Order: sequence, then C-alpha cells, then structure tokens
Amino acid sequence: MTEPLAFGMGSGLFYIQIPFLTVNNGPAISFRTMPGAIFKRTCKSLGVEVTRKKFSNPAAAEAFLDKKVKEGVPVGCQVGVFHLTYFPKEYRFHFNAHNLIVFGEENGRYLVSDPVMEDVTSLSKEELSRVRFAQGPLAPKGHIYFPEKIKPITQDMIRKGIVSGIRRNVRDMLSIPGNFAGVNGIRHTSNHVRKWRDKLGLRKASLYLGQIVRMQEEIGTGGGGFRFLYGAFLEEAAAYLQDDRVANVSEDFTKAGDMWRASAIKMAGVYKGRLTEQKDFEEIADMMLEIRLVEKEAFQKLSSLKLGK
Amino acid sequence: MKKEDLPQDPGALDKFTREVCYVKNEDGKYETALSKGWDVKKQALDSAWEEVNERVEEARKAVASGEKSPVYYFMELRLMDLPVLSGYTGIFPFFIKRHFKPSVFKGLSERKLEKYARAFDITVDELKNFKG
Repeated sequence: MTEPLAFGMGSGLFYIQIPFLTVNNGPAISFRTMPGAIFKRTCKSLGVEVTRKKFSNPAAAEAFLDKKVKEGVPVGCQVGVFHLTYFPKEYRFHFNAHNLIVFGEENGRYLVSDPVMEDVTSLSKEELSRVRFAQGPLAPKGHIYFPEKIKPITQDMIRKGIVSGIRRNVRDMLSIPGNFAGVNGIRHTSNHVRKWRDKLGLRKASLYLGQIVRMQEEIGTGGGGFRFLYGAFLEEAAAYLQDDRVANVSEDFTKAGDMWRASAIKMAGVYKGRLTEQKDFEEIADMMLEIRLVEKEAFQKLSSLKLGK
Repeated sequence: MKKEDLPQDPGALDKFTREVCYVKNEDGKYETALSKGWDVKKQALDSAWEEVNERVEEARKAVASGEKSPVYYFMELRLMDLPVLSGYTGIFPFFIKRHFKPSVFKGLSERKLEKYARAFDITVDELKNFKG
C-alpha cells in the first residue's frame, strides 16, 4: 500500500474555497478533502473496519487512548499544530487538521509518528492532551481512529477501490453543486483574486495570495496542491488496471501541478513586492482559469474512460 | 515536475526534517524525492510572519496608549482570533470584545483572568501587569 494509492482510492483531490470562513486572517482554501474522509473511504474499499471516536472530556479521552496503546493498537489522532512542541516555531499556527499516529508508550511519554517528521518523536501526556483538544475552526475534540478488523487484501479489492475512488473524485470535482467547490471553485477564487487588489488594498491582497501558496505547498505532501500526488496515483492505477489510457490522464495532472507551481511563483512576486499592478492580479486570475480548464478536461477524460464498476 | 527541477532552497524546516515530493524521473515515471524547501514557500511563510509581528506590535502600542487591554495584545501574540480565543476560554466572543476595553478589563474577576491566562500560557500577574 503506497501513499498515492491511498490518496486516490479515498478520492483525495479536491478544491474548495469555503465562503465566509477565514483562517489566520486569510481565505479558507483547500486542495484536498478532509484527511479523515480520505482515510475512511480508503479503509472502506479495503474492507478494514475503522472505529472513530470524539470526546468532550479530556480525561476520558486520555484513558481511552492509554487503553488502546496498551492493547498495542496504533491510534491516529487529529491534533492542532499550535501547541505541538516538536514543530518549529515558524509552523505553529492555529491549524487543526493535522494528523499523527500514537503507537506506544515509553517512560510516561507517547511514541508518535508524525508525517512531517522523518524520525519518531514523543509527546508527554499533557502535551498530547493539549493538542488533541486544540480550539478554533475544525477543532479536533480529541478525535481518534484505529483499525478494528483487518482482512487480507486482494488485488481485486485494490482494483475495485481504485475505480470507485476515481469515479467519486470525478463526481466531486465536476458535478458538485454550488460554485465554490470542485473545478468551478478555482474559477470562484480566480474571480476573487481579480477584485482583491481594489477591495482589500495591495498589502492585504498579497497576504491572501501568500495564504493560497501556503495552502497549496505547505499543507501535506507532494507539492502542486496534491496534483503530483494524484498523478502518481493514476500512474500506479494504470499498472493495476493494465490500462494505458489512465496513465495518459496522469500526464494532465502533472501539467496541472506544474501550472499551480507556476502560479505560485507569480503570486510570490506579488507578496515579495515585485509585482504591484492590477494587471499582475489579472494574470494570476487568468492562470487559475487555465488550470481549471486543464483539470476539468482531465476529469472529463477520466469520466469518459468508462472504467466500469 | 521533473526530478532535476525540484527546488532545494533551505527553509524553516532545514536541519530539522525534509519533505517528500512526488517528481518525474528520467523515464517519465513518478517517484519520491526529498526537498529541503522552496523559496516561494519560504517567502509566503515569511510574509505571513511579518504580518503577525506587525499586528502584535500594533497591539502592543494600543495597550501602551491605553486604547486596548492586555487581553487584546496576548490574543495577537498567540496568533489567535476571537473564535479561537473563545474556544480556549469558554467566554463568548461578544464578551471578549468587551474585555478588550481597559476599563472593563480592570474589573474582571480572578476566575475570568485565570481563564485568559491559561489560554495564553502566562500567569495572571503577567496578564494584569502588562503595560505594553
């Protein structure tokens, strides 16, 4: 099981600008679905039963976690980043959709595997309890999840999971209602970008662009707003399904990822103070529209492949 | 992105961890590679921090001149906004806004001050005696 495969089967690729909500005084934009949802769908298609639990009481949450750790079950926890002690200070914003895995206890400290870190880290009980009950938008509320039953995974299950993952992702990106999510969400943001300079002033507008770049490149893996990760998934999927057409679509996502990165470079010009004109904002907005077209076509291609059930 | 195009600009995570990127190798196949960072990202982060520092500095001045209470300063210092602070203290945003006024802040009960102090990771004395 590899990361791109899990991401694709869980239909991870997405785009949304959540209206009205602001995060760290900037627009709330995401390039993927909620990690809990990706995990849930992937496990479901692999026949793994996952139990998830939220708590209102920190003490009960800790007792439950201790029990599971003693049983030797690795437990996933949703945490807030702000109080996470081993994170470098520069990264500690109030961001609540970070996930880590607790897999043991040693000298009263939990052993933690964090996707950001290359090595194993540890947290004391108070520290973990604090980040598990971080507050703010998307507060984790002690959210934990762990596998209950694991059946042997067959090639056939993986194939089925891939197909349903692709189909669901096509649906999410192309035909989700509303104008602020899916491929249309990119156009929504692009329209906003055009207005930001006049509406917010240059300074705030450039901070907003900085926020987009951070959402695109810092959060999670792969860069290019998860587009490279999805490209890698389609490449693997092509091998599983023995279908070269899927591998061809993978190229389109690589292209989309490259375009996102190109737009990030352009945005960087704005918040570095090199580009200040309205026409620069127009250019960024136009780049986003082009990205939207590339992604839309790619998903339409995926949709027309008729991969079956 | 091609493997040779992967940026290796040392950033905030340098010497601490490296990040995984999915890149195309010479045969046009995806593989993972480790990146030290990317200037574009680094600057996005830096400009976000500049903004934070500026807000904190402005808040400090506002406290020093008697326009705002220390609650406001520490909220900015801890990068919080009203909903987040409300979550940590259990005090409704409407009241928190009132507590930004020095005159209201003066009359706050010990219990409320303690709630704020805990949310900000400081002692009640530090909160009370902050002059900007």
